[in-house]
Amino acid sequence: MIQMHDVWKMYPNGVSAVNGISIHIKQGEFVYIVGASGAGKSTFIKMIYREEQPTQGDIMVGNWNLATMKESQIPLLRRSIGVVFQDFKLLPSMTVFENIAFAMEVLEAGKSTIRRSVMDVLDIVRLKNKARFLPHELSGGEQQRVSIARAIVNNPSVVICDEPTGNLDPETSWEIMHLLEEINDRGTTILMATHNKDIVNTMRKRVIAIDNGRISRDDVRGGYRYES
Amino acid sequence: MTFASVSAVTVMLLVVGAFLMLILNINHFADELEADVEIRVFVDREAEASDQDDLGDDISSLTAVEAVDYIPREEGLDTFIDGMGDEAEYFENLREENPLNDVFVVQASEPQQTEQVAEEIDRMDMVDNTEYGQQVFEQLFAATDFVRVVGLILILGLLFTAVFLIANTIKLTIIARKKEIQIMKLVGATNAFIRWPFFIEGLLLGVLGSLLPIVLLTYGYQRFYDAVSGAAQLEFFTFLPPESLLWQTALLLVSVGAVVGVWGSLMSVRKFLKT
Ligand SMILES: Nc1ncnc2c1ncn2[C@@H]1O[C@H](COP(=O)(O)OP(=O)(O)OP(=O)(O)O)[C@@H](O)[C@H]1O
Ligand SMILES: [Mg+2]
Repeated sequence: MIQMHDVWKMYPNGVSAVNGISIHIKQGEFVYIVGASGAGKSTFIKMIYREEQPTQGDIMVGNWNLATMKESQIPLLRRSIGVVFQDFKLLPSMTVFENIAFAMEVLEAGKSTIRRSVMDVLDIVRLKNKARFLPHELSGGEQQRVSIARAIVNNPSVVICDEPTGNLDPETSWEIMHLLEEINDRGTTILMATHNKDIVNTMRKRVIAIDNGRISRDDVRGGYRYES
Repeated sequence: MTFASVSAVTVMLLVVGAFLMLILNINHFADELEADVEIRVFVDREAEASDQDDLGDDISSLTAVEAVDYIPREEGLDTFIDGMGDEAEYFENLREENPLNDVFVVQASEPQQTEQVAEEIDRMDMVDNTEYGQQVFEQLFAATDFVRVVGLILILGLLFTAVFLIANTIKLTIIARKKEIQIMKLVGATNAFIRWPFFIEGLLLGVLGSLLPIVLLTYGYQRFYDAVSGAAQLEFFTFLPPESLLWQTALLLVSVGAVVGVWGSLMSVRKFLKT
């Protein structure tokens, strides 16, 4: 589903963030990306949805070869990937419903399809009763559930999360994790960069540790430790 | 900023419209004058009938000549006396000793060739004199060119100012909606989808800016036309009637406004859509 072969990334300012990464992630996997701050986790993730392009190396996502795809095909790639961030990235002037519907409107979906799908995902994240709320009327955990709902509303084959629990207390973090596990159980690949030791050590999944832009460890049921 | 960019379009279009009206009117004068730009060839009074025939043939054989008309002096005098209306009788005695020459009225194929044709004819035998509206014509051509050049420079300068200001206005909207655009891109919106609202905004700014100039110029020209046609118009300087002019001008101004608006918006959106 996601393959990288000898991928390097140097930013224009000369910082070398990723230094020769090769991985293979299969459909339906749940993968943690761990590593110290500045190790290159976010850079690694951004290259998957083509926010950043590698300086060297090949990346395949689904049937897309990111090196040879046309600029105009990027929207199609993004539609097959859901993204979730630490800061939720909700639009403050839109209700919960509108924030999620927004992701379908850009695909020019019909009104009734949108309504049905949005209500379906709100059911999954258990926020049906808050559809008309504005983001600032929700708790952090609820906002993150809205952003997860938005990430999955177009049925992507992979959901990528960059520190989704970074702003949340431990209890709320677990709510989010159970939700992600639920989504993973439906067959969606989950890729999650995190600093949360407890979660990684308790909810055991594949762990890829990145150190200085290189993979230092890749365990099928690993723990949080990333020092080599 | 919105106000500034709309007024920039307004000012630009006022100038465009005013120059357009001026140029259309000058072209109209030129058209009217063109019919008048004929060369009158006064034949030497000594010329025999056969000399006149030869001269007529010579003139017709010039390549730059479109038409030649012969007016015998008797006919010329008739026309002159008839033209005197009530006072015609005072001139009747001229018939006893006709002071006029026989005349060839020559029309050049192109107005610009008039001068050259006149000179060539002037050198022929049995030609007493040639006359044509030389000066008016040269001045008119010079004036038209001058107005065109000045107008073009002014309009281009204002055009770029307007485009620049619109681009800036839209840039502000884009910055205000940066987060929204970022999210749109993340969830897979195409560039066309993202561009659409800004395209509309630019179009609106441009079209909005064209409204005031259209109203002002329509009203102004109507007033001007009424004033000059109420007074006795100059002999060959008639102005274009408002109906024929205003529709063209309005249409042009709306289109230019729209183009400028869309152009400005595309300019500022382009930078933001690069990934
Ligand atoms: N846009 C950028 N331009 C230049 N350098 C960058 C850019 N983004 C990241 N970097 C640099 O690349 C390196 C890796 O950054 P990255 O954000 O991938 O780390 P990270 O593992 O996600 O860290 P954290 O855990 O703190 O989020 C860092 O040294 C960072 O300064
Ligand atoms: Mg990061």
